[in-house]
Parts: sequence; C-alpha cells; structure tokens
Amino acid sequence: MAKPPGPPSSGDLKAHARWSAFADRRARGWRWGNLPVPPDPLHWSANADRRLSPPATLLEVTGYRDLLAQVKGEIDEIDARETRSLLDSPAPPLLLDVRERDEWEEGHLPAALHIPRGSLESRVESRVPERDREIVVYCSAGARSAFAAKTLEELGYARVRSLAGGFTDWKRNGFPVELPQTLAPEQRQRYSRHLLIPEVGEAGQLRLLESRVLLIGAGGLGSPASLYLAAAGVGRLGIVDDDVVDATNLQRQIVHSTARLGEPKAESAKRTLAELNPDVEVLTYRERLTSENVDRILDEGWDVIVDGADNFPTRYLVNDASVWHGIPVVHGSIFRFEGQVTVFKPHDGPCYRCLFAEPPPPELAPSCAEGGVLGVLPGVVGSLQANEALKLALGAGDPLVGRLLLFDALSATFTEVALRRDPACPVCGESPTITEYIDYVEFCQGRPPAEQVSGSAETRGEAE
Amino acid sequence: MSVVRIPPTLRSETGGEKQVVADGGTVREVIVDLAERFPSLGTQILEDGDLAPFVNVYVEGEDVRTLEGLDTEVDEAATVILLPAMAGGSPAERAPHLAQEEVVQAAETAPHCPREKVGPSLRSGGNRTLRPAR
Repeated sequence: MAKPPGPPSSGDLKAHARWSAFADRRARGWRWGNLPVPPDPLHWSANADRRLSPPATLLEVTGYRDLLAQVKGEIDEIDARETRSLLDSPAPPLLLDVRERDEWEEGHLPAALHIPRGSLESRVESRVPERDREIVVYCSAGARSAFAAKTLEELGYARVRSLAGGFTDWKRNGFPVELPQTLAPEQRQRYSRHLLIPEVGEAGQLRLLESRVLLIGAGGLGSPASLYLAAAGVGRLGIVDDDVVDATNLQRQIVHSTARLGEPKAESAKRTLAELNPDVEVLTYRERLTSENVDRILDEGWDVIVDGADNFPTRYLVNDASVWHGIPVVHGSIFRFEGQVTVFKPHDGPCYRCLFAEPPPPELAPSCAEGGVLGVLPGVVGSLQANEALKLALGAGDPLVGRLLLFDALSATFTEVALRRDPACPVCGESPTITEYIDYVEFCQGRPPAEQVSGSAETRGEAE
Repeated sequence: MSVVRIPPTLRSETGGEKQVVADGGTVREVIVDLAERFPSLGTQILEDGDLAPFVNVYVEGEDVRTLEGLDTEVDEAATVILLPAMAGGSPAERAPHLAQEEVVQAAETAPHCPREKVGPSLRSGGNRTLRPAR
C-alpha cells in the first residue's frame, strides 16, 4: 500500500482537511459512497446541510495543483518498483493505461489495457466488469491516473491504485515496455464497427489480421464465407478449388461474376476478395484436395478450415487431415432448402467420423439422390460458417462444437441436435484404425465405383 | 404416434413429406413401423434389420447412440430426426436420377438456374417467379 498518512502536526489546515477526508473514507471501507461525511470542526459548521456540502468543499481549491493534491490524498498510490514485483506474482494486478492513443502507441506497460482518460467512465465497465479486480492505473507521470483512480473508486472499483511517477518513472527504472502493434489510420476506419465491439476491439482486430483461414471450395458456401472473412480482415485466406466459373454457378456463387465465366474459381475469388479488402493476402490452390497434396496445403499453417466441399471424398479427407493437423473445421452442407453447420474441433469435440465412420455406399449416397439448391441457402449457411470461423479466430463466444445446427429455409426454422465424440471413432477415438489418408472415389458420377482406390485423380468436384 | 423428420435427401421415399408419423415405444419400433409405411425408405436406412451406419437418429435432439441405441424410448410427443451423411449440394449434372436431357434443357433455358429448376417446389414455374418476365 502507499503512504499511510498520519494527521499533519502543523497548522496546515488544507493538509489536515485532506487527511481527514482520506482517513474518513478509509474508515468507511474504501467506498466513495453517499454516506454523510463527519463534520470537520475546522472548516465546516456542524449544523450545515451536509447533503449540500460534498466533501470537496472541505478545501478551498484554488487551482489545478490544489485539486491534484487533494485527489492524491484521497487515493492510494503505488511506486514503479512495487508494481514491477506485483507483475511477477501469481495474481498480477490489471494495468490500466489512461493516456492518449499517441502516447500508448509509443510504448506501454506489458499486457496493459488501454482506455484513454476521456472515455474511462463510459468504457471501463464493459472492459473490466469485475469491481473487485486489483487495478494499477497509470499515465505518463501520475496525475491523470490519480484522477482516473478516484473516478474508478466512484464507479465502485474497490482495489485501485495509481502508479506514482507513471510511465516516465517506469521507463527510468529500466522496466520492460511493450511496443503495441497498432492499426493504421485507414484500418481503424475500415474496421471501426469491429473496434466498437468490446469482444473484438483493437486487440481482436489485430488478431483477425494475423489469423489464417483455409477455404475448401470457392463455390456456394465458400463464396459468402470468403467474402465475409475478407471483409472482416482475416489476414490470410487460402482457397482450394480446381474448378472454373460456370454459368450454372452464378445463381448462388456470389464471389464470382458473369465476366469471370471460364476463369479458375480460385483466381476469380482472389480478384474479388482483393478488391474488397487489400489487407487480405489470398493464397490460391488450383487443385483438388487429395491424399497427395493435403499435407502440403495444410502445412502452410492455418488456424481454421472452412469446409464447403460438395462431395464425400473431400469431406473425409478434410476431416482426417484436420484431426491429424489439429485444425478446427467449420463444416457446412446444403441440399435444396436445407443446410447444416457445425464445428469439428479435434479432440475437443466430435469429428466427422464420430458421426459417420465411413461414407455411405455409392448407390445409397443420399446426396446423389437429386441436385438443386435455393440460391440464397448457401448464403445463409456459408455466412454461418464465416461467423463460426471468426469466433474461433477471435476466441469469442460459443462455437458450434458438439452441436449441429440445421436450417430449413422453407419453414425458416433452426433446429439443433447434440453431437458427441465416439470413443470408437476410427480417427479421433481411443484406438484409431485409420492412420493414413484414404482417397474415396467420387460417388455422384452416375456410375458406382468398384472399389476405394488410393490417389485417384479421375474425380473432379465442384465445391458447394 | 411420434413425429419423424425426414431429411431432404430421403424425401423422395416419403412422397416428398418433410415429416411423417410412426408408431412405437422405442426407436427400433418406430423405425420398423416407418419401414412398413415407406418400404423404399426402409431399404435406405436399414441394413440387416439394423440402422445403417451412415444414418443417425436423434430423439429430442440427442443421438440415440449416446442413449440406449435402438432401445431408446420414444415418447408419444417426441420428435425423431433421421440424419444421414450429407456431403453438400450435389450438382444437378451429376445426379443419376435426372435424365441428362433434362439437365441440359434446364441449363439451356435458364443458364443460371438449373439447380433451382430441379427442386420440386421450384420446378413448376418457380424460377419464373424469381425472374419476372420482361
């Protein structure tokens, strides 16, 4: 704790009044509440109406220095050395930087939270909901933080101290300083609606800009998913698709356009996404995912995979690879008016093989029964996939792990069913029986494959 | 009578019905009753009298494999959901049930919309409604 002041011995009335108010607040348990302040015989008539005489009138505040001195007398301070040692304790205090943005950008205390003094009152409750959290608030020299500490106490924060000497003294001691990675002004503008959400904010946006999402397919599902992920500022997107834009795609595959007919989908998507957001780096893989290339593509390093494939061979390949690479998969599928979304997070929740250990036999593969999909359906399902991918990248909310969301466009209803891990799962179960990639043969060619073959290149799929 | 929700990929076996009713106190009885009412559905979802491995059954949102399997009790008011593996939207040109001419024709008459053309709810003029005549 900072200086435990005793009553001043001299005849300094101001000092005495300061101490009196301070000691009184301590006696009341650190709350700057509405309790009446005991009368001070030196300055305050015991008969005065106390409700009209707040404690500040104890003093004759004639200027900033007086006010600062008074406020400093009312709060607790901590020095740089003690703060430094607290940071190594098992429960370090929250460091709160109340300086202006340009000061913050030149360096701050490690892991500090930044709320400029001017918006402290309006923003602190959402950023620091716990009122009993131990907080060390600092500015450049300890003045603004003193006022901030007082404000925080008034807001009900019970364990607040102001860093005496502030950031200047911290640096003078040679203690560690973190240089923040920050958004450029145009990025701050572009992502302003994200920055306004506490769950995203600048740190979240920076996280998105550093995250990497691999999209399997630039078709019906990959179109809205890639557009929203690029718009959101996901720093790197990978697109695996070996198909070219076809007229029949344009009813739903909104990342492409009439002018792109005949162009490779991966390149067409890359052009659209680059026009939407130059912050995003797009890697294209104009190849069909197979056992031969899946490791090479996944080794590029991805945080999340968005699976928008339309065929079983790719689904199973993506699943097995994601389990072995430990990458969560946002799975989406669509059929006519209905869609499904879930998140397969390896070892945290079930994988696709926990649900369906093996693909159905070709003659019974239900997805081959009949085609057709309402154009907007992949828009809904692909957007839900983007939503899940963003949540996973941000570490926010409850992703659809262990839950399958079913969407029926005709009745406009969502239904959820529970998915659980299968201890006997051949890939992520207790004793896996599948340990290398299987290239299943495409089912929907109108001819049943005689057998499962490895490394088959004759299948060609179009992503949904 | 329990309500059984039929997945879109199996609706051709129930005459297009999205949900049907079936009798039975357990999942097994419900499935058997369902197979009697819709024999072709039975051949799709049953394998040697057991549930095919690529079809999952949910009772009140829970996978019966995590409950009592086919012996899971089914309440009168319960909803049973059949959920087969679904790969995605299957392109119409690869659908074996469609005559090739039908797909080609659809592609020629409305080059952007063959997938909507083949859905039964849209097939009869549905896409014309989406694209007003000029």
